[in-house]
Amino acid sequence: MWEYTDKVQQHFLNPQNVGEVENASGTGDVGSLACGDALKLTLKVDENDIITEAKFKTFGCASAIASSSVLTEMVIGMSIDQAANISNEDIADALGGLPKEKMHCSVMGREALEAAIADYRGLILPMAAGEVVCECFGVTDLEVIRAINESSLRSIEEITNFTKAGGGCGKCEDKLRDILRETVGGKSEIVSPGTKPKKMTALQKIKKIEEVLEREVRPGLKKDGGDIELIDVDGDFITVSLRGACKSCKKSQTTIKEYVERKLRELVLDSLIVEEEN
Amino acid sequence: MSSVNEKVVYMDNNATTMIAPEVVDAMMPYLTNLYGNPSSMHTFGGQVGQVVSEARKKVADILGADPEEITFTSCGTESDSTAILSALRTFPEKRHVVTTRVEHPAVKSLCDNLETLTGHKYRVTRLKVDGEGMIDMAEYEAALMDDTAIVSVMWANNETGNIYPVEKMAAMAKERGIFFHTDAVQAVGKIPINLKTLDIDFLSLSGHKIHAPKGVGVLYIKRGTLFVPFLTGGHQEHGRRGGTENVASIVGLGRACELASEKMEEENTRVKQLRDKLEEGLLSGISKSRLNGHKTTRLPNTSNISFEFVEGEAILLHMNRHKICASSGSACTSGSLEPSHVLRAMGVPFTAAHGSIRFSLSVYNSEEEVDYIIEKMPAIIELLRKMSPFWQGN
Repeated sequence: MWEYTDKVQQHFLNPQNVGEVENASGTGDVGSLACGDALKLTLKVDENDIITEAKFKTFGCASAIASSSVLTEMVIGMSIDQAANISNEDIADALGGLPKEKMHCSVMGREALEAAIADYRGLILPMAAGEVVCECFGVTDLEVIRAINESSLRSIEEITNFTKAGGGCGKCEDKLRDILRETVGGKSEIVSPGTKPKKMTALQKIKKIEEVLEREVRPGLKKDGGDIELIDVDGDFITVSLRGACKSCKKSQTTIKEYVERKLRELVLDSLIVEEEN
Repeated sequence: MSSVNEKVVYMDNNATTMIAPEVVDAMMPYLTNLYGNPSSMHTFGGQVGQVVSEARKKVADILGADPEEITFTSCGTESDSTAILSALRTFPEKRHVVTTRVEHPAVKSLCDNLETLTGHKYRVTRLKVDGEGMIDMAEYEAALMDDTAIVSVMWANNETGNIYPVEKMAAMAKERGIFFHTDAVQAVGKIPINLKTLDIDFLSLSGHKIHAPKGVGVLYIKRGTLFVPFLTGGHQEHGRRGGTENVASIVGLGRACELASEKMEEENTRVKQLRDKLEEGLLSGISKSRLNGHKTTRLPNTSNISFEFVEGEAILLHMNRHKICASSGSACTSGSLEPSHVLRAMGVPFTAAHGSIRFSLSVYNSEEEVDYIIEKMPAIIELLRKMSPFWQGN
């Protein structure tokens, strides 16, 4: 069972502005039966470019209906220019959030709004001009790129949650990965937390090793009545000396390799080799 | 009607069932005082071993099997995996599996993985189904190869209730020296089964579909069938499945099997009549609705109906408001983006697949509940259709 916010449930059970505006100034028709959801949004715009009326018809799940309903509430009273700035995140926020697998419902709302505004302005939407990447749901590369940029998507799964692309047969996964790499790669590198810088000066390295020994290694050893001392750093070779109870411990080699070396590799440089002073 | 309104109207028994009060009673001693290990040498544990044996006998009885052919497992999925993997390990040179396109994920995913996770070391033939969900026996016959290790075909489908001719299919497999497994999780307790006279080598059943608790299942292994365990460990279950017995649930399952045998007649008369009334009421009361599955070769408790131009999750949530519990084959309910693989295999059009609702009854349902659903559903569908851009009126 999905965890829907009260706001989603409210809009689902009592949807606002259901129907079609007569003699609509702009109509946005997105989605299809095959895709499992579809939205027809109709707008009435007055001579000052203000949206005076908005109605929807939606085929889809609770979050699709709620997204459509809240969208009509949001745009009524707005100027066309203001409405054009509404993002899918704005729609989701107005509902108090959506489950991540349902974000595509908010995207459908934004797409319908865009289509209706373009229809009103007599323009043709650029998004449809892209090349279809996901054939199951008819999603174009331009739509995928836009979603990546607007919602800072960083994985195929997220792309599927937002655009549905890749959610069918899965054949387009490689293409999506390429698009993701190209789109994200151009702006910034995907940095995962805990990534270690590759180059360090000898001094930086020694300082960092000292720090880690002090903070991460020593307290554990002291608990068992032992201690550790840094003897030498020669390239990636680190020489240490165990003190106190650790010195005579039969497991000292295990302590060095499994505990000290692992910690230093994890937190300083993954090429380090730790050895005990003879 | 108010008495119905206060409690849940549960018509989702193919998902799981209420634990029968008699089953709870039977289990209680083994959740409290009698906590011994059946493998122990002392009487305190040994007496528990005795009740496990009695439960084994009761399960065997409902299947027309011998107690030593019964192995307790943790669930239907474990039983399915155990049977199929055992066959593949028994005949390592055989690299082919035959199944259908409408299997439960327990079998479907395993077969998918056999292809993809082994670098296509194994080949899987998935039999097609027609518009009513039935398979073509000529296609089945042609699918059996010299290197087919095992056939796995469900006895009854969980979504449509369709019953498959496993008796005949098993006989055909046996002629070719091929193991035959059936996932009978939905069939047990609803239709008579007598394995003694059949060529079925492996059969899976699950406790929680027949009013026993979740977390207990059975794998029937026909006497003389070569077998390689899936879960190894202690010598429990005659070395066929390691792990200390889930005693209370096993006792519960034994009691549930007894009850199911007693109530099978009722299942096929009263419950079937209720299902038929519900089905006819909905199909005649709501335009553009259709039955998914075979009209007659079907479990007595299941009805899968599509309401065109509306979406299943939205229907379920409105039903939920009236405390009616059922399931849907729509994409949105599963978290995947595509509707049920069973309905797609049957070629149910998208207009209908997204709006499919499965009602599955049990002996605990009443006519009052059926009337309540027939009364509530038309308004729900109408409300959603009014909102649907595809609905053009009747």
